[in-house]
Amino acid sequence: MLVHSRAGKWATWAVFLLLFVPLFAVPLLVILAASLATNWSGAFPSGPTVERYSAATSGDSLQALTTSLVTAVAASVLALTLGGWAALAAASLRKRGKRLLDALFILPVAVPSVVVGLAVLVAYSQPPVLLNGTRWIVILAHTVLVTAFAYQSVSAAVRRLDPMYEQAAAGLGASPARVLWRIRLPLLLPSLTSAAGLCFALSMGELSATMMLYPPDWTPLPVQIFAATDRGSLFTGAALAVVLMTATLLVLAAVSRIRTRASYR
Amino acid sequence: MTTATTATAVAPRTPAGPVPGPAPARSRSVPAWVWALPPVAVLALAFLYPLALVVQQSVTPDEGGVSLDPYADVFASEVFRSALTTTVWLAVGSTVGCLVLGFVLALVIAFVPFPGGKAVARFVDVFLSFPSFLITLALLFVYGSVGMANGLWTDVTGAAEGPFHFLTTPWGVLLAEITYFTPFVMRPLLAAFSQLDTSQLEVASSLGAGPVRIIRQVILPEALPALAAGGSLVLVMCLNEFGIVLFTGAKGVTTLPMLVYSKAILESDYPAACVVAVVNIAISVGLYSLYRVVSRRAGA
Repeated sequence: MLVHSRAGKWATWAVFLLLFVPLFAVPLLVILAASLATNWSGAFPSGPTVERYSAATSGDSLQALTTSLVTAVAASVLALTLGGWAALAAASLRKRGKRLLDALFILPVAVPSVVVGLAVLVAYSQPPVLLNGTRWIVILAHTVLVTAFAYQSVSAAVRRLDPMYEQAAAGLGASPARVLWRIRLPLLLPSLTSAAGLCFALSMGELSATMMLYPPDWTPLPVQIFAATDRGSLFTGAALAVVLMTATLLVLAAVSRIRTRASYR
Repeated sequence: MTTATTATAVAPRTPAGPVPGPAPARSRSVPAWVWALPPVAVLALAFLYPLALVVQQSVTPDEGGVSLDPYADVFASEVFRSALTTTVWLAVGSTVGCLVLGFVLALVIAFVPFPGGKAVARFVDVFLSFPSFLITLALLFVYGSVGMANGLWTDVTGAAEGPFHFLTTPWGVLLAEITYFTPFVMRPLLAAFSQLDTSQLEVASSLGAGPVRIIRQVILPEALPALAAGGSLVLVMCLNEFGIVLFTGAKGVTTLPMLVYSKAILESDYPAACVVAVVNIAISVGLYSLYRVVSRRAGA
């Protein structure tokens, strides 16, 4: 529409590809290729192998994967409960209260995640609650970090909700609890599941806060990837990264299937 | 219309004015704000209380008592000052880079459509769900000291080592940040472009305006709010970026989050780490509030 001549179009597309492919496609392809190679010091990787994957899906690495999955699921469920509840409560408040709740629940996005890690570490390494050295401190930090995103997406969905349905239900004599359970939550289900997917992906890739407070027996996958690359095993790191990306994408795909089933309403 | 009248009849406390939402949620016995208390309490315990402790710890040096000495010490140190300047220029540089690149790419996807453009837009979405350090990991393979580019160079020229050493300098971090954060600019831009009425472009073009002029006078004004919102979001995220800097493993590149990490975990100097953390919070919360204001103005 903007460029009409044929040559101009092709030139524009060429520039686009020249920028897009090296910057965005190549990094992911490079990681994928490196995870299957033993050596890469020329134009192409050499020594194809799948051994790294058997290493990346057993022993410590397998444990790191399950650690990451458990942490991400727990943090997403907690964050969705907390953020969703807060978003629903905020919707029924007056302007002032709503703005206060907005500010409170969006604050964790603005605070650097390393600082969130530091804060949780400082607070829960001392009485009354000692969580340092347990898995709970990691899950707690992840929950804090992703709650803001859950709150944001649920409250955006609540704002778009047509008030007609709940008013009709209430008019027909449904109690507020029944309206919430039978009308609002089902209507919100598509956005709840997409918020869950977002929270899950963020928590799977979380490194900054985790580096501050992970205990030795609860090392999530990103920490394992960093440990591998830090000691020079870049290829192992690449294989672990592919495992991380695949796991994230599989769960996201599963979650989006729930969404399509629910959104026919 | 009938449903609306029923609702007002049953919930008479709601004024018939333009506030339709709250009526059913406001229960008869408990005021609405009570329902907001449990999540706020949990958030306070899990986040606000720790944050307050960080501030408290930043004014309590190891020797005990309350003083501003940790601040004086940290502000006087060379490491902190260079970290502050590195953080700020890296963030500003990456933001400018992301804005330019994101604008160009989004422009092509939206206005010079090609087969597969939808797939590219979806790829950008997927890209956003990956952690940032993957980019640095990939760059290590491409430009690292034993990577692809240097290997090619030594093979072709026979030199002992290749010319690419920028990965452990701030430029490596800049490249990684621009790569990772550009999609965050593209998304709001693509959304804004999809709402732009293309007949405006056709009219401008039939009146004889060239592509550059159309971009400057028709598209850019429409895109400005989205650019502002995306740009300030990216600025905040760059200020707080940790994974990319950690993975380059460069001793020469210290940003504020990196300084927090090294003070707390590597040196166990918690008061100093808390001081840096407070400075970092102040900068990024300030900027994020600005972002909220800007994006609300933009209606995004």
